[in-house]
Amino acid sequence: MWAFSFATPFIDSLFTNPMSKNWKHAIVIGASGGIGEALVYELAKQGVSVGLIARRKDELARVASEAQKLLKGTHASDSRPTVKFLTFVHDVTHYSEVPALFQEITKQLGGLDLVIYNSGIMPLVAPDEFNFEKDKSIIDVNVLGAFAWLNEAAMRFKNAGSGTIVGISSIAGERGRRGMPAYMTSKAALTTYLESLRNRLSQFGVKVVTIKPGVIDTPMSKDSPNKLWLYSPEDAAREIINAAHRGVTVKYVPWKWRMVSFVLHCLPSFIFRRLNF
Amino acid sequence: MSVLPIDHLELTEGWGGSVSAFGYVYRPNTIQGLREVFDLARQSNRHITFRGSARSYGDAAIGAENIILDTSRMNRILNWDPVSGIITVEPGVTIEQIWQYIIEDGWWPPVVPGTMYPTIGGCLGMNIHGKNNFKAGPIGDHVLSFDIMLPSGEIKTATPDTDSELFYSAISGFGMFGVFTSITMKMKKVHSGLLHVKAWTTKNLHELFEIYEKHIPSSDYLVGWVDCISSEEKLGRSIIHQANYFADGEDHNTAQTLRVSKQMLPDSILGIFPKSLVWILLYPFTNNLGMKFINWLRIFVSKLPIIGKPMYEQSHAEFAFLLDYVPGWKKSYGKGGLIQYQSFVPKEHAEKVFRKQIEMCQEAGMPSYLGVFKQHKPDKFLFTHAVDGFSLALDFKVTPQNREKLWDLCYKMNDLVLANGGRFYFAKDATLRPQDFRAFLGEETVKKFQELKKKYDPENIIQTELLRRLT
Repeated sequence: MWAFSFATPFIDSLFTNPMSKNWKHAIVIGASGGIGEALVYELAKQGVSVGLIARRKDELARVASEAQKLLKGTHASDSRPTVKFLTFVHDVTHYSEVPALFQEITKQLGGLDLVIYNSGIMPLVAPDEFNFEKDKSIIDVNVLGAFAWLNEAAMRFKNAGSGTIVGISSIAGERGRRGMPAYMTSKAALTTYLESLRNRLSQFGVKVVTIKPGVIDTPMSKDSPNKLWLYSPEDAAREIINAAHRGVTVKYVPWKWRMVSFVLHCLPSFIFRRLNF
Repeated sequence: MSVLPIDHLELTEGWGGSVSAFGYVYRPNTIQGLREVFDLARQSNRHITFRGSARSYGDAAIGAENIILDTSRMNRILNWDPVSGIITVEPGVTIEQIWQYIIEDGWWPPVVPGTMYPTIGGCLGMNIHGKNNFKAGPIGDHVLSFDIMLPSGEIKTATPDTDSELFYSAISGFGMFGVFTSITMKMKKVHSGLLHVKAWTTKNLHELFEIYEKHIPSSDYLVGWVDCISSEEKLGRSIIHQANYFADGEDHNTAQTLRVSKQMLPDSILGIFPKSLVWILLYPFTNNLGMKFINWLRIFVSKLPIIGKPMYEQSHAEFAFLLDYVPGWKKSYGKGGLIQYQSFVPKEHAEKVFRKQIEMCQEAGMPSYLGVFKQHKPDKFLFTHAVDGFSLALDFKVTPQNREKLWDLCYKMNDLVLANGGRFYFAKDATLRPQDFRAFLGEETVKKFQELKKKYDPENIIQTELLRRLT
């Protein structure tokens, strides 16, 4: 069955519209650094208004002002003469704030076409560490935060009959390796959640895109010992937005990870448990 | 801030389909319901946009993420007096409802647009005109009084004599001051369900003006269809249609001709091909070459001796509602939709301006696929589009590729129209810029608009994308 995984990009291209959608409004959750920051810049280049969400106020303001500089003049025929970058300070674990904040952002943006959930934490875990609090904090941000935000997006897009949801998962969720069990679990959970969301929403014209980045050169991966195929966030952001435009189902960034994923899935447990990575 | 139920979220489009936005749509059917929608807007800290049948081509009934107050369920005919011809209706009543209700008593709405589906509330907001504007004026001239609910919840009654300021600004005020709750109008007595129709084919734009002006005094309705694709000496060749009412006693069969069933537009061509599918046949022709052929065909058929029928009789509905002839015809323009560019130019400059407009479109490679020509007369309404002159309405197909070019073309045409003292029409508009808005209304009227807005809607709660674009 995993042989099909190679074919999915081609099958996807049969069913997706290659023409870019004319997006006007997007929300990026986790926009103050790393991939999220690069995504905001990429959207800015395309003239999309963005609602930026993160905990760090100063960083958000910096990203918003950088994005403003990237903005090219838009044409009045766009009916979006003012492209805006609105910042909202929010901790994704404050789940009860989400519904009201979500509506406030869509109101201030004047619409919504795209939601990207990019928030995620990856604290290092020592080989002999089994820390419940740490593991819970990972799930709170990486999984429950995604549920809180993407459920709102799903409800809106389902009613609207259009929209694109992008979840930044990870190749870490492919299989449970030795290091960072909770992080890998969180990404596996997010991947499954996104797939389920896709199956629920595709009949209503909503696209759900799962992104599985490898190692991206961001503050998050700074301390990580594994630097295989280190990829720049700018390149990653470009590929992610591209994939979102095309509405592909699963996108590995860079694409090479699709092969690794294939091999990983083929490994039987008696070999896999002996591998030290 | 309270969270609005997501199931009220709907995509709202302008009729042309080239602009759209999401909004939270509410359809109250009582006056108390209207009040509750205003309260909801306040509680959720949002703006309100009024929407009826959403027949405005552009963004007049769109408000991104606003509360959309849709009046289409306020559609009761409150009173009808077949002796005096005075009717009182709720704002969501459509032109279709009215004419079907009154025609058997021998009455017809004094002013109707080219389609029967707009609501009366919307018609007043835009102060619409018909093919008899040169004679009958806009619809506002036939309104005796109306009740309007201001955002405060207060209901005011206005007539041309009492509270004339509100009367002459709410009619033509594109729904910026309040929502009509009831409207009283005088209908037009007709002595037959039929009209005498005559047609002339003209060789070019100059001849169009000549023949049109010659027949104005003897016409009840007069409208020109203009071929905007032909150029040089054939530029602006057209077909003019005139319609006149029957005199009293001329029709001996009024019981028959005044029946609704006799008025109805046929739903098939030659009794076989369903009209609801005609747009599919038109689809391959909505390009420069295809429309050139269609326009040629129209002119050719109009010149044929018997089929061309220069004189015939037609029912009121058949003559008035040309746009309803091919249901869903706008779908033939494709997913990008269409815009209609209509400019109103004083008599003395009209021919020059329209010739230049047609040439500009052709030079830009975007000739208009449908041109409609009418005469107008000035009226007293504050934000009126009418001039002592003529208007030319041009339909353009919008595609992702031509959108910017098309808007640029319209901006250039705006400059041309303004330089010649012309005006614009909010029901059609999608391409006016703030400076055009100020220029055609004049600084004084714009100032008056702001004063009235402050007076009737001090919280500035009523907003549309049209308003946001123009101010």
